[in-house]
Amino acid sequence: MSGYCRTCFEPAHPPRCGACGSRKVFAHDELDRLSIAHIDCDAFYASIEKRDDPSLANQPVIIGGGKRGVVATACYVARLHGVRSAMPMFKALKACPDAVVIRPRMAVYTAEGKRIRQMMEDVTPAVEPLSIDEAFLDLTGTQRLHGSPPSVTLMKLAARIKAEVGVTVSVGLSYNKFLAKTASELDKPDGFSVIGQAEAADFLRPRPVGSVFGVGPAFAATLNRDGLKTLGDVIARGEEALVRRHGPSGARLWRLAQGIDNRPVARDGERKSVSAETTFFDDVAAHDELERRLWPLCVRVADRMKAQGIAGRVVTLKLKTESFKSLTRRRTLSQPAQLADTLFRTGRELLRAEAKGPRYRLIGIGFSDLEPASGDARDLLDPDGPKRAAAERAMDKARARFGPSAVIKGRSLKDH
Amino acid sequence: MKLTIERAALLKALGHVQAVVERRNTIPILSNVLINANGQHMRLTATDLDTEIVEEAPAHVERAGIVTAPAHTLYEIARKLPEGADVTLQMAGDDPRLQLSAGRSRFNLPALPAGDFPVMPTEDLATSFSLPAASFARLIDKTRFAISTEETRYYLNGIHLHAAERDGRKTLRAVATDGHRLALAETDLPSGAEGMPAVIVPRKPIQELRRLLEDVDDDIRVQVSEGKIRFELGAAVLTSKLIDGTFPDYERVIPRGNDKIMKVDRAPFAQAVDRVATISQEKSRSIKLTVSDSTLVLAVNNPESGTASEELHADYASDEIVIGFNARYLLDVAAQIAGDEAMFEFADSGSPTRVTDSGDPDAEYVLMPLRV
Repeated sequence: MSGYCRTCFEPAHPPRCGACGSRKVFAHDELDRLSIAHIDCDAFYASIEKRDDPSLANQPVIIGGGKRGVVATACYVARLHGVRSAMPMFKALKACPDAVVIRPRMAVYTAEGKRIRQMMEDVTPAVEPLSIDEAFLDLTGTQRLHGSPPSVTLMKLAARIKAEVGVTVSVGLSYNKFLAKTASELDKPDGFSVIGQAEAADFLRPRPVGSVFGVGPAFAATLNRDGLKTLGDVIARGEEALVRRHGPSGARLWRLAQGIDNRPVARDGERKSVSAETTFFDDVAAHDELERRLWPLCVRVADRMKAQGIAGRVVTLKLKTESFKSLTRRRTLSQPAQLADTLFRTGRELLRAEAKGPRYRLIGIGFSDLEPASGDARDLLDPDGPKRAAAERAMDKARARFGPSAVIKGRSLKDH
Repeated sequence: MKLTIERAALLKALGHVQAVVERRNTIPILSNVLINANGQHMRLTATDLDTEIVEEAPAHVERAGIVTAPAHTLYEIARKLPEGADVTLQMAGDDPRLQLSAGRSRFNLPALPAGDFPVMPTEDLATSFSLPAASFARLIDKTRFAISTEETRYYLNGIHLHAAERDGRKTLRAVATDGHRLALAETDLPSGAEGMPAVIVPRKPIQELRRLLEDVDDDIRVQVSEGKIRFELGAAVLTSKLIDGTFPDYERVIPRGNDKIMKVDRAPFAQAVDRVATISQEKSRSIKLTVSDSTLVLAVNNPESGTASEELHADYASDEIVIGFNARYLLDVAAQIAGDEAMFEFADSGSPTRVTDSGDPDAEYVLMPLRV
């Protein structure tokens, strides 16, 4: 069995490191053979806030929007009270009335996320980010380079992130992405955990179907109704039956339940979509009001599209009802676009069919199916299109020079 | 019901009607074909609720009757039966299945009651006219490539068919556009079509119709109202609902005054476009045309896959123009040019270009340029 000290990285065996005496020693039979890792920052946004304001260290901290927002991140103290990410803020505050609520400082988190990403890339080129604070790493073949097995390289990386950025991460190490991600959740925060080939099957069998990434509450409920509660049940049901009932997701689940996951760690820095959304202070049903709220989001999305020089072919409108039911409506454009005008016009069409009574608490819109921008679409049947595009480009110039609110469209104003 | 029909006759009729049946249906009976045996023939009807095709074939009817059976399965069986075989279809006793026999082959197919089969209500189609099958096939061929697939503008998802007038001459005109290109073709207005409503025929019946036209040499009869259109083509009758919408005022976007005129030989042009487009970007497929003094240079510059250019002789005497087009659209138009020469009428690099055909004065095309 190989084992290493997570403090001084020397070979060690529990319970204590012979070299430095630390109790943070990790040993596992396959430790020198596994090379696919998942690294997840612990309560990332909250950890950054605590780092920047030490007086918050022992207080419950929630990062998120105002009264009607949702919890983006809850620190581990707040989690003890039952606060979870994506929980509506009012619920979170009911569970933990003493929590310090902090508005997210996205710019700071993004910058720190980038630093961490860079540290990961110092270790291996095969980094597949899942979000700002989470990524898969493939360390296969890096042993010679670093003079240490992947496990030790990861321990050193975790220590470096803690020392230089001031946040802790949890590392999951295994032989594929699914198990690495599963492993990283086993020992949090500041954790290190491993799932080896030998124990994978036994480990997965009793786990609930909902623990698989990609099996949401709805799919899990369907599976439970079909008598599938654990991954063991899933394996027993057989691939054919699952595919017949659930299609490709059934096949995927069956494979994952056995720990089979052949997806490579894809170095994929490319964006898949650009979107913006907002939660209202009071639920909105009126079409005009929804449309008015939609416009600034379109401007935000378009600004980011323009800044990156990309255009999107698919427009997706997202709405969430007062009963938290999400719905999305999408439309494929005949030509890729990046203008707020195009986004708004398409979004407005999609909205028209939905703004017929239900009260909504959230609206969002975005572009996907992205590609490099190559000029605004010109349409025979929309002769005013180029004029509107030119107007928007002119406004962009004015805003770039005099600030974002130098010129705004009349439709952004309440009484127009 | 019991009838015997020659395999070739069955195959032909089934081949015509089964194409309208969707491969996947949530309503089971829509996968079926309605078989009506009566007198000296069997009548087959298939539908997708928007388009219906009916065809009669001569048959020896022993016992009249009516039933429905899976259309694609029947067609596959008919296709695989030996040539010259006599096929017997019957419903016998209490057996709810349709029995098909030919030679030593026997099939029992699940049948559904004819009463459940949705038949398109017949209605008065006020306008009626006839024209040669080839004329109508031409109207379709010259325009259908420009039909839009964009769901937002559903009124572009078909061919706009209407009575028009060009220089005092009355025509039956077909127009299709997706906003990036427009295709227009016309033919002398058949008598009886003067008062026809301007309609939009959806893509699917257009495709079916074009297939059926392959087997017709004579005139076809067209009947049309505001909501429906019917084509009688030999033994087949296709009836379709129309798109309920207003086709845009397309005349406005056809630039008839463009004065920079380039004439190119169609075949070398199409081949050259196809060659240089090999390396153009998958999605935009942009190709740059530089036209000056008797030469046309086609160029593609793709940061990922390299560059390509080709020079062609062109008849051109105006100031140099540089203009970009989607290669696919250029090829689509070139494929429709009947004559040896295509004529491009440019205004500037940002405005629509009109293309005409030296061999067919009754067709014209408009292309929206891309930015280059």
